[in-house]
Amino acid sequence: MKAIFTLLSGFATPVFAAAIMCSLPLAADGAQVKQTALPANSVYQLPVSFTDQDGRASTLADWRGKPVLVTMFYSSCQFVCPRIVEALKKTEASLSPQQAKLPILMVSFDPVRDDSATLKAMAVERHIDFGNWTLARTDARSVRKLAAMLGIQYRELSSGEFNHSSVILLLDAEGRIAGKTSTLGEADPAFVKLVRKLKP
Amino acid sequence: MLVVLASMQVLPTHATTTVEYRAIPPGSFASVLANDADIAPAAIPAFAMRTTPVSQGEYLAFVKSHREWQRGKAPSTFADGTYLHTWRGPLALGAGMSVDQPVTNVSWFAAQAFCEAEGGRLPTWLEWEYVAAADEQVFDARSNPAWRARILSWYSQNSSVPLAAVGGEGGGNANAYGVSNVHGLVWEWVDDFNALLVSADSRNQGDPDKLQFCGAGAISLKDRDNYAVLMRIALLSSLSATSTTNNLGFRCVRPLSVEKK
Repeated sequence: MKAIFTLLSGFATPVFAAAIMCSLPLAADGAQVKQTALPANSVYQLPVSFTDQDGRASTLADWRGKPVLVTMFYSSCQFVCPRIVEALKKTEASLSPQQAKLPILMVSFDPVRDDSATLKAMAVERHIDFGNWTLARTDARSVRKLAAMLGIQYRELSSGEFNHSSVILLLDAEGRIAGKTSTLGEADPAFVKLVRKLKP
Repeated sequence: MLVVLASMQVLPTHATTTVEYRAIPPGSFASVLANDADIAPAAIPAFAMRTTPVSQGEYLAFVKSHREWQRGKAPSTFADGTYLHTWRGPLALGAGMSVDQPVTNVSWFAAQAFCEAEGGRLPTWLEWEYVAAADEQVFDARSNPAWRARILSWYSQNSSVPLAAVGGEGGGNANAYGVSNVHGLVWEWVDDFNALLVSADSRNQGDPDKLQFCGAGAISLKDRDNYAVLMRIALLSSLSATSTTNNLGFRCVRPLSVEKK
């Protein structure tokens, strides 16, 4: 290990550093380290625990293995968030049949109000398909970190509403951000192109 | 003469040094940030804040005990390519660097990890702004032109000069809360740096397809004359969580209950 440090201090080029980091995944906080190490720029490096609309527990890294669409929302949001769901549905509808079932993960900004039952009720109301969609909640600290990781801005207002930027991200099978869109209510053609490219 | 409510406690940390947190009394505070739903002053619960920004020596001790945060080991998803770039090596400060200087070139994720290891977190913007409103005499000196002028004169200083020691005399005089270096030494991360949704056009809600912000729209700036604080917001809004810069450091806060143990 000492040898690696010496090397690294001498040749800390990004490529070399990345190679080292890939071989030494962050294992803090009991983060799952799968058989192959995660890429250094994978969002799955962040340890986050979820509970979904059916009360099932999972972690962010459980989504590793397939491309996935990720967004953040809160269920009492009346105006913008339904349009995020709409955009996800239309994106899904514009994919080929074998791609259409790619996992969709929606994480709530609002751990206080969005328990499993609330998430479930919203999913039913919005006619969300539970086959490949997951509505998840996590703790407030993890919400802040996940949003920071995904480049999503949000702020809780005293009214209980959340002021947030609306972004849908495409992660590749290793959790690297492969695309993002802020288009609401419809599919963003450029974003759909990126999704298609990931999984022929 | 004003009675300073803050009590002082010195607590051991990282074996070789001590770190000092001060109890910050609760209060009501009118932030420079406002939005439609938050016109009233915010209620700030009591908390404890580090009296100085985290130093190079303290950060070095942290990466020695938390190897995953050493330069070269922290994944790029947590810290960009200039993370601790002025250090000579993963466990060695740069030539001419002092352990008493504030640590800089640390990302938001790295700063959070440091604070969590100390039983705390980064302060929220509101907590930071609340403490930063004080001068040496009063808790809220923001209407004092001298307070503003002093901060603005720091902004205009040459940033290539080596940073002074934390808690030192160069602008490090403790404010009315007993907290030092809030202005005049380094910029500081806040926990909710990604909550400062400042956008000139976002209040135009005519076209829903262009509406980026849910809820009550972006924050508006209530006190536009307060350039001294608004410059902080401008800087923080321009950062991502992996960003590291030569003049950006941090300090931590933690619950008062920790101090009372």
